[in-house]
Amino acid sequence: MAQPNSDIKYLTPIAVDTKKKKYCRFKKSRIKYIDYKDPNFLLKFVNEQGKLLPRRITGVSTKYQKKVAQAVKRARHLALMPYVADLLK
Amino acid sequence: MNQYETVFILTPVLSDEQMKEAVKKYEDHLIKNGAEIVHREDWGLRKLVYPIQKKSTGFYHLFEYTNDGQIIADLELQLKRDERVLRFITVKLDKHAIAYNEKKRKAKKDEAKKDKEAKTN
Repeated sequence: MAQPNSDIKYLTPIAVDTKKKKYCRFKKSRIKYIDYKDPNFLLKFVNEQGKLLPRRITGVSTKYQKKVAQAVKRARHLALMPYVADLLK
Repeated sequence: MNQYETVFILTPVLSDEQMKEAVKKYEDHLIKNGAEIVHREDWGLRKLVYPIQKKSTGFYHLFEYTNDGQIIADLELQLKRDERVLRFITVKLDKHAIAYNEKKRKAKKDEAKKDKEAKTN
């Protein structure tokens, strides 16, 4: 009589929405250099508070995530991007 | 020989002439010390995203030059000591960066050309 609910078996697998495969946008479009002088582009890699988004969300490969981080930090230094922000997007 | 890129921000309190003079000073300094200027850019008066020294705008300038790297320390020291300069950054450009910059410049040139043609027609 232990937990009757756990014994439920499904005839067809439950439809858990299959996630799209992540890909690195730099590799895909063969971008080799990330410009720190282009804040509008770099905006895609930070959240609303201006913090860098992790790789698990952006899907960027390690190699390019490092370059993105470097570019964002340079842009911040030159007051092209904020260090701290609120409602950036 | 390496290619470098320096961006610096001048205070907005300068007059147009003073600003040009400051830029000229650094340009002359670069040329005098054997750097070859590849490209220069003037972004004009731009709004800063956050205030620096209680200023909310600044004149952005960019120099792209080739040098063996001897000049950088001296140039940065001068920028640091200059009260007119709010911020500066010097970046060594790798081959991808150089290619990117050239492509960008070319695109801009083509656009300007097209604009000119459109105007004359």
